[in-house]
Amino acid sequence: MKKLILAVLAVLPMLAVASGPSLHLDKANNDLSDKASLKRGFEAYINNCLACHELKYQRYNRTFADLNISDADGLANYMYTGEKVGDHITNTMPGKEAAKWFGSTPPDLTLEARFRSPDWIYTYLRSFYVDEARPFGVNNKVFKDVGMPHVLQNLQGVRTMDEHGNLSEATGGSMTAEEYDAFARDLTNFLEYTGEPNKLERESMGYWVIGFLFILLFFSYLLKKEYWRDVH
Amino acid sequence: MLNNLMAWIEQRLPLMDAMNKHAAQYPAPKNFNFWYVFGILASVVLVNQLLTGVWLTMNYEPSGEGAFASVEYIMRDVDYGWLLRYMHSTGASAFFIVVYMHMFRGMMYGSYQKPRELLWLFGMLIFLVLMAEAFMGYLLPWGNMSYWGAQVIISIFGAIPVIGDDLTLWIRGDYVISGATLNRFFALHVIALPLVLVVLVFLHILALHEVGSNNPDGTNIKKPKGSVPLEEQSKFTFHEQYTKKYDIVDAIPFHPYYTVKDLVAVVIFLIGFCWVMFFAPEGGGYFMEAPNFEPANGLKTPEHIAPVWYFGPFYTILRIIPDKLLGAVGMFGAIVALFLLPWFDRGTVKSLRFRCTAHTVNLVQFAICFIVLGALGTLPATPLNNMIGIVASFGYFGFFVALWVYSKNEKTKPVPERVTGK
Amino acid sequence: MSNAPVNNGRRRFLTAATSVVGGVGVVGVAVPFIGSWNPSARAKAKGAPVEVNVGKIEPGQLVRAEWRGKPVYVVRRTDETLASLSVHDDQLKDPNSEVPQQPVYATNEFRSIKPEFLVALGVCTHLGCAPTHHKGDFEQHVAGVKNGFFCPCHGSKFDMAGRVFQSVPAPTNLMVPEHSFPTEDTLLIGVSEGEA
Repeated sequence: MKKLILAVLAVLPMLAVASGPSLHLDKANNDLSDKASLKRGFEAYINNCLACHELKYQRYNRTFADLNISDADGLANYMYTGEKVGDHITNTMPGKEAAKWFGSTPPDLTLEARFRSPDWIYTYLRSFYVDEARPFGVNNKVFKDVGMPHVLQNLQGVRTMDEHGNLSEATGGSMTAEEYDAFARDLTNFLEYTGEPNKLERESMGYWVIGFLFILLFFSYLLKKEYWRDVH
Repeated sequence: MLNNLMAWIEQRLPLMDAMNKHAAQYPAPKNFNFWYVFGILASVVLVNQLLTGVWLTMNYEPSGEGAFASVEYIMRDVDYGWLLRYMHSTGASAFFIVVYMHMFRGMMYGSYQKPRELLWLFGMLIFLVLMAEAFMGYLLPWGNMSYWGAQVIISIFGAIPVIGDDLTLWIRGDYVISGATLNRFFALHVIALPLVLVVLVFLHILALHEVGSNNPDGTNIKKPKGSVPLEEQSKFTFHEQYTKKYDIVDAIPFHPYYTVKDLVAVVIFLIGFCWVMFFAPEGGGYFMEAPNFEPANGLKTPEHIAPVWYFGPFYTILRIIPDKLLGAVGMFGAIVALFLLPWFDRGTVKSLRFRCTAHTVNLVQFAICFIVLGALGTLPATPLNNMIGIVASFGYFGFFVALWVYSKNEKTKPVPERVTGK
Repeated sequence: MSNAPVNNGRRRFLTAATSVVGGVGVVGVAVPFIGSWNPSARAKAKGAPVEVNVGKIEPGQLVRAEWRGKPVYVVRRTDETLASLSVHDDQLKDPNSEVPQQPVYATNEFRSIKPEFLVALGVCTHLGCAPTHHKGDFEQHVAGVKNGFFCPCHGSKFDMAGRVFQSVPAPTNLMVPEHSFPTEDTLLIGVSEGEA
């Protein structure tokens, strides 16, 4: 029997190799428990992304509570369009108009980190380069022919792509490369948070539940041992 | 007072007697090993799915407009909604893991052989209904993979000659997968199929207790009445239903011995289950697929459509056959072959422990081919993968053909009269 | 049974211990199932406190606000009405608001924070109908009382402090919800003074 299981296990790694090639993504190394980073990411999102991209499954007050912002502060500093604190984070951009401007409606980003992965978002934000053939004059290495302009260009500056597909250092932005990376990391962190606001709670609950199950295992194992002394 | 009440009930509905017959005085072979825990685990998962399913229904909205948002509503706005949803989604995959193990146990120890053919058939029906249940449930989150997965699977029915196209139209209730499809799948997923499933599980257990449990040695623990000296019979008390016809050997009452043993198994299983649920609910993208975090979009196919892992083996067989009809036939044939297993096997020795070496080799290659087919089902259809898939499909069907051939005049080892205690 | 010596004490202890720990587990599993029936974030967002601008309400006028799906009556009572409230105390079931149908800070002769503003749920305490406001023509229901509320369903009568008259089916005064005045002219229904 053991031989059988071993034989089966031996086959599995061979298959892993057969999966397709994937794009190289930089590691975001974001930290969901870093509330300051989440707060900066939230601010960056409100100021740079929300005009086009909604977070229509995420509520303001939930975000405030999770990021240690009081409702009053949140209302004053993060909400510009007269919504209530219990409302979802939405914008007033008409979808059909947007499709005309960008080729398609800018997607909702609440779940983007679960749909794409945090590393993808982090790399994407840093991979715009000049491409005069595109309507907004920029293209993206991670998302080819994306319909989105580089809205963070004044922060990052512009990059160009050489014939080998390598991107140059960015020039002309108000941030250094390190500052911009940190900015992108905060934004990524925030989007990973909105993808699953319960993630930290889920994991901390997991330790308790599994710890409890080990206690139950201890007693039930002894109980089994005790009863099975009858069986010869 | 309480005793009187119990007696009053017992006279009208013999509940205690049924409990004794099926638990406290049910003779179970004493040599059950690791592979015998999966039946209980499947029941645990079934209860989990029924309970969390009912609770999810309380907040889910079965409509094309509202389904996706209502799942996010459950994940964010409902207290503990995320936990109930992960219990259900992890449970779906766990169900197939334990059911596949349970089925393989039956194949190893010949638990499908006479007199347990009907037991096996009920089990296979459960498996079939479970697949339908899982498939329909997967549409409900209304993510893009839900949508396109259903699109592909429903299109398989289009392979049926003459009526195919009308049939797929009828199943969908629309020209594309739409709210109409979602609503009928919802009704079947939450009401009709669970009812059928519970009835089948009941019949499965009833059939098991009628013929008795097999064991890793494949020996018979029920000997003809009067053939075993009293001191060699099992020392435990069993229900007269069993003892009036047989002398029972090598058996212990299911309760308390297997209840306490299964409890340990259940707790170990729950540790693994909770580990996935709390720390990796997406199961590495296999339990919840990334494209499903985007709402259903009939105009945008995900780059790589993969069925959920548990359909992988059958999906691969469908895919490697370069003909729509034959592919569908191959896929259903793979399931039909399992149904007919009791008749493919013409041997009389049950456990692989006492069968010919070829049988063990055959079982091992079958298990490997099944896993390879499953893995391929989730990978892109490259020429290399298709080649491997064809080989593995031959291995899959070859198992049944080879079994039919060598089991006729098989050279077996002598089966002991009594269990070997391993 | 088996002839092996059985340590019954140990067996009983382990059975009890496993049952207790298992019982704790069952209770733990019940928590998400029970907890999920609480009002969701959406329900709470919809039930959030409601703001009413009371600056523009004319004396004697009633405005309706909706809070948690229920009508809330806000009336700017005239001095004359306020003065008349104490006159018919002997015709009321609970003239001194002893039944806690109002927050502590509204347990006074006017059942309000600011005397001129009555804030009460427009839900009859009998069977939940919405009483109608009679301005100046309430004497057809209670002689000598000019203004009041009359419930068209079963004829319950309330005065301009939401207090119920005797010999009507409604058992208690109209409910005064938690409320506060964050500024001179804003009424916030659903939140007491000093709460978040």
